[in-house]
This record gives sequence, C-alpha cells and structure tokens, in this order.
Amino acid sequence: MNTPKLTAVQGYALVLLRILIGWHFLYEGIIKAYNPSWTSKGYLLSASILKPFFAWLAGDSMISAIDYLNIIGLVAVGISLLIGIKVRWGCIAGMLLLLMYYLAHPPFPGLPQGPAEGSYWVVNKNLIEMAALFVIYLFPLTTIFGLENLFARKKANTTIN
Amino acid sequence: MANDTNNFKRWNRRDILKALGGIPFVGAVWYSGASLAGSAIREKQFLLETLNIKASPPPASGPMSGKPLRIGIIGFGIRGEQLCRALGFASTGWLKDMSDNLAKNPKDTRLTDFKAQENLNVKLAAICDVFDQRAENALKSFNSGDNKIKRFRTHTELINSGEVDAVIIATPDHWHAPISIEALNAGIHVYVEKPMTHNIAETYLLRDTVLKNPKTVFAVGHQHRQTQSFLTAQDVISKNILGHVSLVQTNTNRNDDNGAWQYDIAESASPKTIDWDLFLGNAPREPFNLEHFFRWRKWWAYGSGLSGDLMTHDYDRINCILKMGIPKTVTASGGIYTHRDGRNVPDVMHVNMEFPDFSTGGSQVAGKEKGMTFVYSATLGNQFDRGTVLMGHDGSMDLGNRITVYADPRSTKYAELIKEQRIEAGVPIYQYDPAVNGTDAVTSATAKYFANKGLLWTYRDGKRVDSTFLHLREWLSCIRNGGTPSCSIKEGFEEAISAHMGGLAYKLGRRIEWDAVEQKIIAQPGEDLDAVLLSNT
Ligand SMILES: NC(=O)c1ccc[n+]([C@@H]2O[C@H](COP(=O)([O-])OP(=O)(O)OC[C@H]3O[C@@H](n4cnc5c(N)ncnc54)[C@H](O)[C@@H]3O)[C@@H](O)[C@H]2O)c1
Repeated sequence: MNTPKLTAVQGYALVLLRILIGWHFLYEGIIKAYNPSWTSKGYLLSASILKPFFAWLAGDSMISAIDYLNIIGLVAVGISLLIGIKVRWGCIAGMLLLLMYYLAHPPFPGLPQGPAEGSYWVVNKNLIEMAALFVIYLFPLTTIFGLENLFARKKANTTIN
Repeated sequence: MANDTNNFKRWNRRDILKALGGIPFVGAVWYSGASLAGSAIREKQFLLETLNIKASPPPASGPMSGKPLRIGIIGFGIRGEQLCRALGFASTGWLKDMSDNLAKNPKDTRLTDFKAQENLNVKLAAICDVFDQRAENALKSFNSGDNKIKRFRTHTELINSGEVDAVIIATPDHWHAPISIEALNAGIHVYVEKPMTHNIAETYLLRDTVLKNPKTVFAVGHQHRQTQSFLTAQDVISKNILGHVSLVQTNTNRNDDNGAWQYDIAESASPKTIDWDLFLGNAPREPFNLEHFFRWRKWWAYGSGLSGDLMTHDYDRINCILKMGIPKTVTASGGIYTHRDGRNVPDVMHVNMEFPDFSTGGSQVAGKEKGMTFVYSATLGNQFDRGTVLMGHDGSMDLGNRITVYADPRSTKYAELIKEQRIEAGVPIYQYDPAVNGTDAVTSATAKYFANKGLLWTYRDGKRVDSTFLHLREWLSCIRNGGTPSCSIKEGFEEAISAHMGGLAYKLGRRIEWDAVEQKIIAQPGEDLDAVLLSNT
C-alpha cells in the first residue's frame, strides 16, 4: 500500500482521533462489565428494523453470549485503539459493533427515535464514529503512539519468511 | 503499513516509550469506569438496605383436590363469560375468535394462556340468565362428555336445585345482594361481582346474612387483590417509607363508547327472548327497553354510576394496602358532560373521601400530621393516564403492576441523603417490577391500562397470570381448605358503603357523613337515603 506522507501535525491529529475513540469504547465496555445487571436485551428488543434478527439475539438462548461478546468487544477494541495494538483488527471489530448499534435503531424518517440527546436524520453519532474508525483503519499510525512496534519486528520477520 | 515495516528497522528506545504511552490511558479509563460502576452499585445496595422493602408475592392458595365442586353461574354476560373462562370454561365463540386471532398474530398468547391454565377441579353445573341467547350459549359451549350443565329459569330454582355447591353472581348490580342473600341462606357459597350491593339497606342485610352463615364462603369480585405487587406495597407502607400519606390520587380515564358503557345490543333480543320482569327485579317498573337491558350501567335503577362501577375498584385497591376503612365524610361533584345520550349517571365525577383520623405514620414532630384525603377523579372523555399515587411527606408511591417509589425533595426522613446527593429528586429510590423475568405480548393500550390496575393480569414468578383466575382460586380454596377470602364481607361492606356515600354526595350535592359508632350514614330528618340513591334523577 502506498500511504501518502503525512506531516507531523496530521499524524498527531489522527492519533488523537484513535485515542479518543479507544477511550470511548473502553469506558463503555468497563461500565457494562462492572454492572452485573446490565443487559442489551431491552435495546435489542426495541429494535425498529430487522426485528426478527434482533429478537433472536435477545432470546433466552443467545442473550448472555451476546452481552458477553459485546462487553469483550468494546473492551478489546478500546484497548487496541488506546495502546495501538492490532489497530486494524480493532477498527474492523469496532465498525461491526457500531453497525449493529446503528441498525437496531437507525435514525430513518418514519421510525421511532427513542430517547436521544440530539436530532438525527439518517446520520447519527454511531455512523460518524464508524466513519472515523474507517479513517483510522486506513491510517493506523501505530508508530507514533502505539505498542505494535514492539511486536512488529517479529511479525516483519515472519512475513518476510 | 509500508511505513510501519520500514520503521521497524529504525526501532529505538524513543519509540518504545511512545508506544507505552497509551497504557496509562487504559489504566485511567478502566479505573474510573470500574469505580463509577462500583459506586453506583454500592449506592443502590445501600438504598435497598436502608429502605429494606420486602418484595413478596401473596401466598398461594391451597390445593384443588377432592370432589369436584359444582358451580352455578348466574348472569352470563360480559363478565360471566370471563369468570367461566377463569374457571376453565371458554365459550365456543371465544375459542373461535382466539384461534382466528392467533392465526393472524402468532404473538397473541390468550388462547395458549387459557389452555395452560391450571385445572381447578370444578364442574360448571348450572346456568341462569334471563336472556335466552346467553343461556343457550352457555349450554352449547359447556355441555361436554365430562361436564353436564343445566339451565334454570330463575336464580331461586338454581340455588334450590340441590345441584350446585357454589354460585358466581355476575348480574347487573341491583341483583347482587338479593341473589347473594338467597344463596347464603340456602347454604350455597357465593362469589359476587362488585359493587357488592346496590343500596344501603341491603348492604346491612347481606352483612348479617354472611355473619349468620359462617360455613358458607363469601367473596366479592375484586380480583386486583391478587396483584403480585400489593404485599410489597403494604410493606412500603408498614415500613413508613412514604412518611405521613396525606393524599391518595386515583382515577378512571376512558375515551370511547365502549368505555362509556355503550355496549352492543344483540339482534335476537326481544320480549320473547328476555325475561324482562326478572331482569327488573326490585327496580322501578319500566316497559321493555333494550337500551336499559344492555346498557343498564347508564341508569341508577340498575347500575351504580362511576362511583359503584369503577371507583369501587380503586377504593378497594387502596383499602387493600392502607386498610383505611370507611371515610368520615364524602363530597362529590361532576355531571353528564361527554355522553349526553339519555343516561342519568354522571360520566365525569370526582369523589373526595376524608379520613381525618387516619395516619400511615410520620417522620416529623408528633402531632403535626394526621388525616388523609382519598381522591377519585374520573372522565369518560379522555384517556390520559394519570396514575395512582400515594403521596406522603417523605415520598410518593406510583402504584400499578409495577411499584415505583420517589423520595420527596422536602422530606424530613431523607433530608441527609438528599443533601449528600445520595438520593436525587425525580429518580426512583425503589422500583418493583414483577414482570422483569418475562416480556409482555402485544396488547392494546386500553388493556395495558386496566392491567396496570391489576384488573386483567398480574404476575407469578415473572409469568403473566389472569388475576380473576387467582381470585376465584382463592375463593375455591377457602371452600375446600378453609380460610376467608381476601375480599370478603368486611372489605365488601366498606367498599359498598363508601361507594354509596359517593353516589349520595353526588346526587345530594352535600357532604355525606358516616357515623362510625352507630355504623350508619347520617341522614337528615325525614330523608330516605336509599330512595335518593336509587332514584333515576
Ligand atoms: N370485576 C371486574 O373486573 C368486572 C368486570 C366487568 C363487570 N363486572 C361486574 O359484573 C357484573 C355484570 O356485568 P356485565 O358487564 O357482565 O353485564 P352484562 O349486562 O353483560 O351481563 C349481565 C348478565 O346478567 C343477566 N341477568 C340480568 N338479570 C338477571 C337475573 N335476574 N338472573 C339471571 N341473569 C340475569 C343478563 O341477561 C346478562 O346476560 C356487574 O355487576 C359488573 O359490575 C366486574
């Protein structure tokens, strides 16, 4: 891949974005992880489109696995982005999670909006965060502020081999 | 990535430091998230322990074993059908409607719920209804291999037939007491619909009859006494969590013709198919009138208006929790404002009951607080849900199938906790939702509204259960295993007298007073309160 050369400021701006999103994911995950009564059941059951799919996820046989995966996903994505490990995988996982949140309650005209702190039409914060993750996916910049470097030599070797 | 790979070769100490730079963020975010979540849980735990409310369901009624009880149903209209269903007998028409509904909407659980209902070990042995179509419907629906049902022309014949052990009375109000009294005197157990009586005199007569016949089990049809949350609500009161309750707000809000008792008139109805004289009973003579027969709730001669038909539910609901008994005085107002169709009972009505000596307990200096008003406010022209709220100096309790308790911002009891911001105004300090383990199937907004008053269903172990089923089961259990139903003559007497005081206050436009020593409603010299109550004006 041919990444264009970025100026230092551009690079730092992207890293800042990565850290902020990581922060947000990690915090969401931790708050849920430490609250034993948290469950995504209500969110899933109140989905406004693809109801059968979300109802299936919220079903008795699935819900505890779904809640667990959600928490693990949020925490893992958060750590990955914050410390810069496996950032591209983190971005993909993060985008998938956000896509699910977006699809369960999309801000489409004619659908119930539920409680939201702003006004949205088609575009909401989930979608914007998803786009931001896509940018980071394209410019992971783990060299500036990330642990990936530590393991990179080994990885580079294996790839070369 | 190409950049990355190039950079590996230039790996140095500076880069490692940069990489490790992210770790403190992880630590900080993790720590603050965990401590926030942890302290929220601890705060919740602290509140729960401070309040110490015991959430317990009412005790289950006893076994249904032994010889099947033979039940007679008197009055097989709207309510009669529901009661039979709760006993395990659904009419063919209902079964067909429900299977059609189920085909249209697989989430409609009514048929499945009915089929899953516990067998109460009863026979529906007899039916009496003055309208042929309804009596025949019962015969057609309930005559089967293991159930033989017989029609009797009059309740007297049914009661004295020797073929029933117990009767369920679901006639219009003016027949409740006369039939109950006949049955009890014949040694037959009685489940009578609310309101227990239609006038004052028969309220005393019925009480005497019940007390004279201690072996017959008498129950009044206030099925919401089975609501799962009521013991919990009682515990909230007994632990004085609300402080001194000075006001209770209850209401009825309906906005359709059905809610205003404009029921359908059956095509087959005629003087040939209806025993009109028997329908009239002790009511004033009136030529055959379909409106009166099918929409009897609109006239004082047969029904009891908002105060008897609907306020009784709310009054008994609160009496079940507070046990405040008969009010000292009652005032009322209202009018016929939404359905000016010839009816003479009001469609907008407010009843204020005063209990000047009643207290749920207080948290301030002794002697400062005493007395309570129970407000019932109804309209048949708007269905905005105003909720049932018990309002105390220290907190308010919103009462439905769910119970929500809020601290009052000016509470004495919680002043410290509010100051420390451990309690926030507007955020419930306690919520009890017996449905959390289950989810509700879709039902109409009106059904939800009634359900919230405990009139349609309640919960046991997180599952939805028909409260009428539980109420009938309790009555049957008392017949089989002994005991007194939760709504028997004491509760029924209080309900009936309070409702009659409401009706009188509305009709006379003055404050009606209860003489607790003499146990009677105070009349003015020469005044016949029953004549006033029953008059069609
Ligand atoms: N607990 C509740 O939630 C609840 C709900 C609805 C009704 N109710 C009560 O149930 C009672 C009946 O109400 P409904 O809506 O079913 O009325 P309804 O008019 O539909 O039914 C009354 C039935 O009684 C029959 N009847 C009249 N006089 C009779 C007599 N002398 N002998 C035998 N049958 C006679 C009528 O033919 C009719 O079929 C009322 O008192 C009402 O307050 C209670």
